Amino acid sequence: MEKFTTHTGIGVPLRQSNVDTDQIIPAVYLKRITRTGFEDALFSAWRKDPSFILNQEPFNVGSVLVAGPDFGTGSSREHAVWALKDYGFRAVLSSRFADIFRGNSGKQGLLAAQVAQDDIELIWKTLENAPGTEVTVDLASKTVTCGNVVAPFEIDDYTRWRLLEGLDDIGLTLQHEEDITAYEATRPSFKPLTLPARTS
Amino acid sequence: MAKTLAEKVWDAHVVRKGDGEGANAQPDLLYIDLHLVHEVTSPQAFEGLRLAGRKLRRPDLTIATEDHNTPTLDIDKPIADLTSRTQIQTLRNNCEEFGVRLHSLGDAEQGIVHVVGPQLGLTQPGMTVVCGDSHTSTHGAFGALAMGIGTSEVEHVMATQTLSLKPFKTMAINVEGTLRPGVTAKDIILAVIAKIGTGGGQGYVLEYRGAAIRALSMDARMTICNMSIEAGARAGMVAPDETTYAYMSGRPHAPQGAEWDAAVDYWNTLRTDEDAVFDVEVDLDANTLEPFVTWGTNPGQGVSLSAKVPSPEDFGDENAKAAAERALQYMGLAAGTPMKEIRVDTVFLGSCTNSRIEDLRAAADIVRGREKDPKVRMLVVPGSARVRLEAEAEGLDKVFKDFGAEWRFAGCSMCLGMNPDQLEPGERCASTSNRNFEGRQGKGGRTHLVSPVVAAATAVRGTLSSPSDLDPAPASAALTTDAA
Repeated sequence: MEKFTTHTGIGVPLRQSNVDTDQIIPAVYLKRITRTGFEDALFSAWRKDPSFILNQEPFNVGSVLVAGPDFGTGSSREHAVWALKDYGFRAVLSSRFADIFRGNSGKQGLLAAQVAQDDIELIWKTLENAPGTEVTVDLASKTVTCGNVVAPFEIDDYTRWRLLEGLDDIGLTLQHEEDITAYEATRPSFKPLTLPARTS
Repeated sequence: MAKTLAEKVWDAHVVRKGDGEGANAQPDLLYIDLHLVHEVTSPQAFEGLRLAGRKLRRPDLTIATEDHNTPTLDIDKPIADLTSRTQIQTLRNNCEEFGVRLHSLGDAEQGIVHVVGPQLGLTQPGMTVVCGDSHTSTHGAFGALAMGIGTSEVEHVMATQTLSLKPFKTMAINVEGTLRPGVTAKDIILAVIAKIGTGGGQGYVLEYRGAAIRALSMDARMTICNMSIEAGARAGMVAPDETTYAYMSGRPHAPQGAEWDAAVDYWNTLRTDEDAVFDVEVDLDANTLEPFVTWGTNPGQGVSLSAKVPSPEDFGDENAKAAAERALQYMGLAAGTPMKEIRVDTVFLGSCTNSRIEDLRAAADIVRGREKDPKVRMLVVPGSARVRLEAEAEGLDKVFKDFGAEWRFAGCSMCLGMNPDQLEPGERCASTSNRNFEGRQGKGGRTHLVSPVVAAATAVRGTLSSPSDLDPAPASAALTTDAA
């Protein structure tokens, strides 16, 4: 995974709560079997509306999305994270993230930074008053800076460390393969196996 | 120390205890007992294994089925949509290459992944179950810790049969009392989500408790646990009991003989200890609950069916007010309209929330001997090929067809419209599925989430209706019942 230390880019105010993963990427785009190339799919329904924020300059080249509470609710589709990244976003700021979305972000190097709603409101105002204002997200100090606004953000320590180091999750776990094998030896025999297949 | 059900299941699966506090402290590594796979969220994970030269660690704890893309008509013909066909063919190739058991379209065990696992007896109390699908929470109905995961985690489980998981908090949802006739599990969970909100469960595992939950069948408990994710929860659970064991007994992969006895002894320990403390408790009174329905574009935007469409002014919070305004506009609804005056174009009975045999029976009992509103289209999509066969053996297909509904093959279908079953722009649907998001059932489509019996009553009247709104069915209806 790519390292994430700090990022500065144009902030995009998305004044909306409950931005669900069906909005981030509609199901029709989930038929693809690749992990990249989803930039056209991001917010595809909303992007048909000329007044949508990503259809306005300079927000169309933004890389820090500043959203309302409960971002990423709904489906477990990691495609939502891929689409945000493919479009060019490196960080999403929200006061509340859906758990699965937050987890998926951490695996893919998209920073999901939890910022208090009061601070989100201040950042929204700054970005709306001066479109094109850059937002700096610093993972080492866990702060976000936008104009005069400097706010702390939360992220769990383990995800932060993996992002800072750019570490692959599977590789880390496989360091403990002996523990996995030892655990498997203790599993009760009544637990089901899918093979050989039994059917009604 | 006293533990909740969720904590007991968690503790029984810790492969490696986490490092505790600290900047790079790894969280607990948990063993995964069952990994369910489908065509949409797996191709990139299989590809990841291939690129890294890794093996699938436990094919014998993995099972796949085709559900999201599959057509519900003409299943004997090649899938018309080429990208859907490619995705399904990719699953077939991957399963063959990695040795995964697959139930393909046309197989008697094919169907929605969350219907297939339980019906095969693969979902059992005390297990950890994951799938690249948020509605994996369904399996919590058995007292399993069941979670939806993203594709990176799917690959992680394929490679290691484990997951590193952040600790969760526990929330008790206490539902005491007795449901009135016409009020169902779906109404309980819609009311819970309206109460705690779509983010209310974030970071929590919910345990549904109380007399009203104990009285529910397994199919109904699955409906409730299924929608835990709609409240933002990591998982939802119900402690196993005699109802659970009766459901499991005799299923293809249920333990047998002495193994069954050993399993039941263990399952009997899977109860929250009396002196265990939940981080949060929420109470809901089943006695006063009415059929529940959503009016907006997230599952928390729901009211009693007898209520009116709320006004944005009813919401104190500015974000909720703005969300309500936007939702009313999208849904084409005016504040103050009685919910029961809302006309629908389509009724969808299906999805991993409500497509099991009892859901079909309950809806069939409403429509039997009645006539469908001629302007309404009704789709009945069984959750699995097995459910479809069971329903046909009971004559339910005939009941639905006589009523004027379309009787389809199994799959996710119009819940998310990845196959041709979609709403047209502006079309309004009473749906037994789980999400009323903008465009979820088709671009511009408008969704009202309802229970199977409300869906059936709505198909009769053409407006959102509860069974108690219906005129008595003609006496001859009783005759068709005998066939069942």
